[in-house]
Amino acid sequence: MQKSVFYGALAAAVVIGGAVGAATLDDVKARGNLNCGVSTGLVGFAAPDASGNWEGFDVAVCRAVAAAVLGDPQAVEFIPTTGKTRFTALASGEVDMLARNTTWTFSRDTDLKLDFIGVNYYDGQGFMVPKALGVTSAKDLDGATVCIQTGTTTELNLADFFRVNNISYEPVPIETNAEAQQQYLAEACDVYTTDASGLAATRAAFESPGDHVILPEIISKEPLGPVVRHGDNEWGDIVRWTLNALISAEELGITSANVSELAGGTNNPEINRLLGSEGTLGDMIGLDSEWAQRAIMSEGNYGEIFEKNIGENTPVGLARGLNAQYTEGGLIYSPPFR
Amino acid sequence: MATMTDPPRESFRLSMLIYDTRYRSLTIQVIALFAFMLLVAWIISNTVQNLASLGKEVEFGFFSEPASYDINQRLLEYTSRDTHLRASFIGLLNTLVVAVLGCITATIIGVLVGVARLSRNWLIARIMTVYVEMFRNVPVLLWIVFAMAILIESLPSPRAFRGEDAPQSLILNDSVAITNRGVYVPEALFSRSLGDVRLFGESSLRLDVSLDLIAIIAVLAASIFVFRRIRAWAERVQNETGNRPTTWYFQIAVLVVPSVILLTALGFHLGKPELKGFNFAGGTHLRNSLIALWIALSLYTAAFIAEIVRGGILAISKGQTEAAGSLGLRPNRIMSLVILPQALRVIIPPLISNYLNLTKNSSLAIAVGYLDITGTLGGITLNQTGRELECILLLMLIYLFISLSISVGMNIYNKRVALVER
Repeated sequence: MQKSVFYGALAAAVVIGGAVGAATLDDVKARGNLNCGVSTGLVGFAAPDASGNWEGFDVAVCRAVAAAVLGDPQAVEFIPTTGKTRFTALASGEVDMLARNTTWTFSRDTDLKLDFIGVNYYDGQGFMVPKALGVTSAKDLDGATVCIQTGTTTELNLADFFRVNNISYEPVPIETNAEAQQQYLAEACDVYTTDASGLAATRAAFESPGDHVILPEIISKEPLGPVVRHGDNEWGDIVRWTLNALISAEELGITSANVSELAGGTNNPEINRLLGSEGTLGDMIGLDSEWAQRAIMSEGNYGEIFEKNIGENTPVGLARGLNAQYTEGGLIYSPPFR
Repeated sequence: MATMTDPPRESFRLSMLIYDTRYRSLTIQVIALFAFMLLVAWIISNTVQNLASLGKEVEFGFFSEPASYDINQRLLEYTSRDTHLRASFIGLLNTLVVAVLGCITATIIGVLVGVARLSRNWLIARIMTVYVEMFRNVPVLLWIVFAMAILIESLPSPRAFRGEDAPQSLILNDSVAITNRGVYVPEALFSRSLGDVRLFGESSLRLDVSLDLIAIIAVLAASIFVFRRIRAWAERVQNETGNRPTTWYFQIAVLVVPSVILLTALGFHLGKPELKGFNFAGGTHLRNSLIALWIALSLYTAAFIAEIVRGGILAISKGQTEAAGSLGLRPNRIMSLVILPQALRVIIPPLISNYLNLTKNSSLAIAVGYLDITGTLGGITLNQTGRELECILLLMLIYLFISLSISVGMNIYNKRVALVER
């Protein structure tokens, strides 16, 4: 871990020139695959399955981008990053994009020289406790030992929440979700705190998920989204509009099942523009006209990806909530394809 | 008649720099030095240029921003509103704590094991060999994680202490609680405390020094001074008259009575840990991250020190043992009075490098969530501010400074024990 930070910093310092100067799109095309930074393993969002294939909600974004740019959703190299190493990995050019439950904040967007290209999950920080403790509110946690992933915004929110409410706690910093799980299950900490979606995903991996409750308080706004380096706007546009294509596809009723059929042409001009049978949107971002088609075909539209990986019928079992389309009362909204 | 003439004086030609063996090595060194300096200059200018093109110029202003994160183990008072500088300072103290504790225990264990490895008792010697080989040949990071896993998984959680017929109870007269969150031991409290003095005002390096502690140290120092004077007096009387006056009760009284009086005056009592809410409250909390790191670093480094001690002892000729034996010294005293003092000359230099190793290895602390300087300055601060270069450079300088300080200190000690040759 220390090594990777150190090498990351060295790389950031020394190698960056090459990485920033050249266009990421050309690099990716020349390399023939997309390097995508994901989390070290969070069921439903990004985790390798039994045969070692990465799958999940964040992974699907990487696959869609790879399909749009390279024509092959499998041409992705997944690079696991921890909360601490992710930004250095991106800044140093080790990864082309991050799709790794990363919260969009002012200072990350500006001071860290990153570009958040949108939000693919509206989240908030929550607390998970064993049912046996009988805790019903986060304000009852005075004096509790709290496991927390270091290098995340949750660390800062936690400090603020307890300070503002004038209650004390004992933070136990840990590096990855897996370590947090181990400490939490061994009762070395009373509470585990991270994004509520992450808590649901972690709980899904427990032997008896029913013995643990997620407290009602959501103490922060955590808009999670894919991230690219600041300064390469062409690449940023590609990733941004790939995500928007997935979101628009759900709104327009385009699914992985009917996308080939609709690509032949419909009487809805927006579908036609999106799928490339009308207009030259692909050219404008340096791709061919069928880029969005392939992106949607890889893992389906936004709704399909959600339901398949973290929806109510999966072990993670998250409701759409804020992440429903704006037409359904949620916040998921794509600018028009025009 | 032959005339002797001086051989013609060769004038210096440029080609001699390469073909003349007198100058060649110098030439090569100069060229190598230039190449090296060029490389360094290129790296530095490349870094500065690239950071500038990223819009991230090197600056340390972030140190005065609030850190916004909490640190569980802190020797000095710290809140999340304190600055990054303060957080780094707290981390530095944590590094020093584990380094000092580790060096002390590693030395004690190392010396015992090193001597035991030479024992004539077959079983003891073999057990110690197994210990040394096991610890030396497995990476220290694994030992740290392993120690932590054992502490977490095998010890009871505080909840097991709750209730009427709790499955666990405090040991040592209800004063020590051993849990998987650490060990809670009684703390010293003073009901008539003298209070604290604050050094360095409100700056990030502010320091609260307990006046009680200073008073206790002062009284102890005075006691020891008087104790020594009494012994010197007894020595003098013995040298003059041949009779040594009995002074032991006097000496013990000098050591004990003033301290007891002071402690009573300050209202000294022990604060025992008590189960309160989720955790034990009161007492001193030794977190299991500290314990795991301390144990693993000590045992790991002790294995190396044991080998150094063994080597040092074996370097002393057997004649010394035999000579001391023929003077009637018992084996224990031979070891402590004759062998070890001489062996120290061989032991100290490699011991220094092991102290340095232990200190540097303590940077693995974040693996168990111990927030040392690497965890604060090189971890959370770096991550939250995004100032990789500044943080890592500063971190390297700090470790360099700590290591060189240890080195200087130990070298002074080495000079004192080294053989004085004429």
